[in-house]
Amino acid sequence: MIEKIIIAGSGGQGIMLAGKILAETAMQEGRAVTWLPAYGPEVRGGTSHCMLIISDQEISSPCVDKADTLIIMNGPSVVKFKGRVKNNGLLIINSSLSSANIKSQAKIVKQPFTDMAIALGNIKVANMIALGCYLANKKIVAAKNLSRVIQKIAPEDKKALIKINQEALEKGLKV
Amino acid sequence: MANKKILISGNEAIAEGALAAGCSFYAGYPITPQNEIIAYMASQMPERGGVFVQAESELAAINMVFGASATGARAMTSSSSPGISLKQEGISYLAGAQLPAVIVNIMRAGPGLGNIWPAQSDYFQATRSGGHGDYHCIVLAFASVQEAYDMMQLAFDLADKYRNPVIILGDGLLGQMMEPIVAKRISPIVYRSNKQKKWALTGCKGRKPNIIRSLYMSQDALEKSNFSLQAKYQKIKKSEERYEGWFLDDAKIILVAHGSMARIAKGAVKALRDKGKRIGLIRPITLWPFPAKIFRQLVMENKKLTFLAVEMSFGQMVEDVRLSVNGKVPVKFFGRSGGAVLTAEEIIREVNKLE
Repeated sequence: MIEKIIIAGSGGQGIMLAGKILAETAMQEGRAVTWLPAYGPEVRGGTSHCMLIISDQEISSPCVDKADTLIIMNGPSVVKFKGRVKNNGLLIINSSLSSANIKSQAKIVKQPFTDMAIALGNIKVANMIALGCYLANKKIVAAKNLSRVIQKIAPEDKKALIKINQEALEKGLKV
Repeated sequence: MANKKILISGNEAIAEGALAAGCSFYAGYPITPQNEIIAYMASQMPERGGVFVQAESELAAINMVFGASATGARAMTSSSSPGISLKQEGISYLAGAQLPAVIVNIMRAGPGLGNIWPAQSDYFQATRSGGHGDYHCIVLAFASVQEAYDMMQLAFDLADKYRNPVIILGDGLLGQMMEPIVAKRISPIVYRSNKQKKWALTGCKGRKPNIIRSLYMSQDALEKSNFSLQAKYQKIKKSEERYEGWFLDDAKIILVAHGSMARIAKGAVKALRDKGKRIGLIRPITLWPFPAKIFRQLVMENKKLTFLAVEMSFGQMVEDVRLSVNGKVPVKFFGRSGGAVLTAEEIIREVNKLE
């Protein structure tokens, strides 16, 4: 089993964090995993992305050319990354920030993650809703393990945010 | 934390590995793609009893390492290609004064300011002595985050054993990527007593003063010092070659790659083996001394071998492969450089062209 994932969006949307949480969960489930960030000027704004590989076997290159799953969280990233998903892959799009009518051989799932996050009470948890939506479509890791990782990795001063992130994950699982 | 897996980047693993190896002095100056090393050292060194200095320049940092090392401390610095060029004068002085130190180069593409993306084009600079004078650094290359962590212990041990600078050569891909590693329990730095380093400048009350220098004004004295350096290099060549080999027993084509290219080449080897191709891989772990013995041995056993050096450069390590096989079998090269990372598919296409 090998799952190659690209998560793309804008700086501040928690793109890197979503990838790390997924990677950490896969690691705890005993899988080999690599996580590779975009480490260029993206750090200071603009589109940002990370690449993840989860596998039962040793991973050679951490780079992802064509992804099994592509999660896109904003409009500019649709333009930049829409071609980077396999024909039989899964393409998840945040329809709150992109109205683009995409043609792709991949299975397309569009959900208004940002609007759903606002309804929950914190715009920043759109990334966790997207992760939940991903796991609802592909059971790459167990959602309850991912929920535990959210709890585990939260630093002391962010403990108050654990609950809403876990709720966001649950909401994503149900879309 | 004992024996538990943690998800960590290559850069952080280097810093944590150095601390676990007893590194008690770090000086550096920021540059992408290795800033996580400095950031980690800045936060951890004070908490764990060591010294962290963000220097005013790369030149200052390497000379601070010189000073710390002269007192017997396990000292290191890190940078990326353009910054490492700036450190070359200091590295030459370290080599001349026979001081141990660890210098990490997380390579980016050059020449000049180049860009921040991965490359392996500082191979010549690292293995041929990038500064002036006849000297060598021991050069180690890691290919995974776990190995980055483990290699720091080896680097400091070799530096102390031979009183010689050691360069860790990685690239932006290996520095930035996260992978699970098993680390030792995170604990305060265990200082190695500098009393074991009889040559160190520790205050000479009650003993003859030690002198650490690379300046020898008379021709005889400098040549004598150089002879002893050369004798040391021969000893290192004899005992410290390291490599990892896959499928060398029956391979007709052997890829040669180090660092991140080695793990990508391994992916190509696996795919080609699945199709029945008799292909293998040598991953040099010491780039200096280059693991020449295994090449000589393989060429002696099998005259029909072909080597293909795969690099993120326009052909540097390939020269060491050629020197090792000494014209007895063909040595081909495949590489690109400018920030692009070769894919396994590109390597497979190149291998298929060989027959």
